[in-house]
Amino acid sequence: MTVLNKPLPNSYRQGPDARGRFGQFGGRFVAETLMPLILEVEHAYEASKKDAAFQAEWRRLLKDYVGRPSPLWYAERLTKHLRSNAAPGHGAKVYFKRDELNHTGAHKINAVLGQILLAKKMGKTRIIAETGAGQHGVATATACALFDLPCTVFMGATDVERQQPNVFRMKLLGAEVVPVTSGASTLKDAMNEALRYWVANVHDTYYCIGTVAGPHPYPAMVRDFQSVIGEETRAQMMAAEGRLPDALVAAIGGGSNAMGLFFPFLDDESVSMYGVEAAGHGVDTDQHAASLTKGRPGVLHGNRTYLLQDEFGQIQEAHSISAGLDYPGIGPEHSWLHELGRVNYVHATDQEALDAFQLCSKLEGIIPALEPAHAAAYVMQLAPRLAADKIIVMNMCGRGDKDIFTVAAHLGVKL
Amino acid sequence: MSRIATRFAALKKEGRGAFIPFLEAYDPDPATSMAILRGFPRAGADLIEIGMPFTDPMADGPTVQRAGQRGLKAGATLAGTLAMVRDFRREDDATPVILMGYYNPILSYGVERFCTDASASGVDGLIVVDVPPEEADEIEPSTKANGLDLIRLIAPTTDDVRLPRVLAATSGFVYYVAITGITGTRSATTEALAAAIPRIRQHTSLPIAIGFGVRTPQQAAEASRIADGAVVASALIDTLAATLDEQGRAKPDTVRKVLDQVRALSDAVRAA
Repeated sequence: MTVLNKPLPNSYRQGPDARGRFGQFGGRFVAETLMPLILEVEHAYEASKKDAAFQAEWRRLLKDYVGRPSPLWYAERLTKHLRSNAAPGHGAKVYFKRDELNHTGAHKINAVLGQILLAKKMGKTRIIAETGAGQHGVATATACALFDLPCTVFMGATDVERQQPNVFRMKLLGAEVVPVTSGASTLKDAMNEALRYWVANVHDTYYCIGTVAGPHPYPAMVRDFQSVIGEETRAQMMAAEGRLPDALVAAIGGGSNAMGLFFPFLDDESVSMYGVEAAGHGVDTDQHAASLTKGRPGVLHGNRTYLLQDEFGQIQEAHSISAGLDYPGIGPEHSWLHELGRVNYVHATDQEALDAFQLCSKLEGIIPALEPAHAAAYVMQLAPRLAADKIIVMNMCGRGDKDIFTVAAHLGVKL
Repeated sequence: MSRIATRFAALKKEGRGAFIPFLEAYDPDPATSMAILRGFPRAGADLIEIGMPFTDPMADGPTVQRAGQRGLKAGATLAGTLAMVRDFRREDDATPVILMGYYNPILSYGVERFCTDASASGVDGLIVVDVPPEEADEIEPSTKANGLDLIRLIAPTTDDVRLPRVLAATSGFVYYVAITGITGTRSATTEALAAAIPRIRQHTSLPIAIGFGVRTPQQAAEASRIADGAVVASALIDTLAATLDEQGRAKPDTVRKVLDQVRALSDAVRAA
């Protein structure tokens, strides 16, 4: 291979730079009280990358506790269904990367276990986390139970209401759940409150962030841990089809499951990528969470990225039927990939996600979480447009048990 | 010499520290907030800090958060805040005014344009909470070009390695965050402050003001004695909030009650 002699000036996989920037995005926009701790996390994380024992322990947990590798499933009935509505010779083959089968029911646990190991290595004795849908909160509470660490989860009061099963699960796991009532009482406000708590408890507390956002090194660190999704997908696809997929599709709130799937494929030109934002009631209404589609760059929660904001730079409330996508920002690396055009950022509405939720349940026997239901909604549009010999991999990043009450309410069913 | 340097030099001659009250712009409405600002110097303010409301104030406790929400509801913008300073400057050209806020509204206004307009409006310094020295190049060229001081926060967590770096990026005065925590929650002990301030002085000749958790006249007097100034914010906002009616509107005694408290705090600092 002559490739080895070439420099890699155009690699998409070299970020962030020393300042934690992906192009102009990312950085460390935090108050001085947090800055020394952010630097400490960065040093500890850099050291852990080269620490074979650390990596081996994380891999052991992923295998024996989480149940990785998660399967790559050929969604044959869905593929046939989408082909039946496509032009002749069209209708791509659809695979699901089944991260909903992970212990705790979503991809979040991958990065949580890495971060909890890091917290222990740093000598921190308390863990805090923010959560929207509750999946990250449950994953963090789970890891804290396993490692015998006290855990406090900040959750918007609105989300506490609409994600009762996960609130109960966190409490069963021994975590304290703090309902946050500031702002719109959703994920953004939970993150504000977690940061405020952290500022007051820096000496013994580690903040386990659930997505590829926040101050450097969190976006890179969470991405690295979640990249296990894309690495497995790559190997599994080579085994199943003997080639790389043509398209990757993943839902985007903060963007951790998408970044995890996309990152290992970023330099493979033949692989196109689609990040699906939550369009809520529609991107032309004021009720959506499509930061890249409708926002503009700004600074919030420690990083520069695309944000939903008004003309004065005040942050706007996001809306999505999915509590996990209900965030007015997005990870900085996504903002960078968006501006470079490497990843296509598209969107799906609440209704489209609900339709996909039901179709996926009936055709594949897999009840998706509302988050990947957004990705499935886009797959339903994309697959019929592609030739039948093309391959799509969608990240089924969470299961829908937690959402059955929300979905039932929307379908007018009383449980 | 800048207004800030002039004022601290004059206070040093007087042999006392500065009293620095805080108000959130447009809280609870532009007229009340303007009346409080106008009344500050006569009630004993040596410098003035004005908060620029933001939807997501990460470093602030519930009191300042709610003040910001009231301000935003009343229509606060950066342009409106600068207009307040311009109005203030018509009658007071000596009292330094420092704006404190978060980066995103400034970014949205345009950093260069904001610094130009702030300077032209009579603002003397900026505190941008979420722009640490690591990100200083975002804003420092514009503050320098416009003669604005960039006042930085030093926290108890700022270690000796980091301290010189943060101080090197500071001008005007140093704002010592007395507690690891958010505004309006806890107070530091006298002993903790008495240990912290000399540590900072080893690295700088700039005046040092203490904020976060300074609430009572006694605490303000102590802080101004140990350092060179005391900032009081949440305690004044609590007083203002307590006067509001059920709809959150100011009542006839709102301005007087806040200024009475400013006077009591200032008297204590002067007597210290």
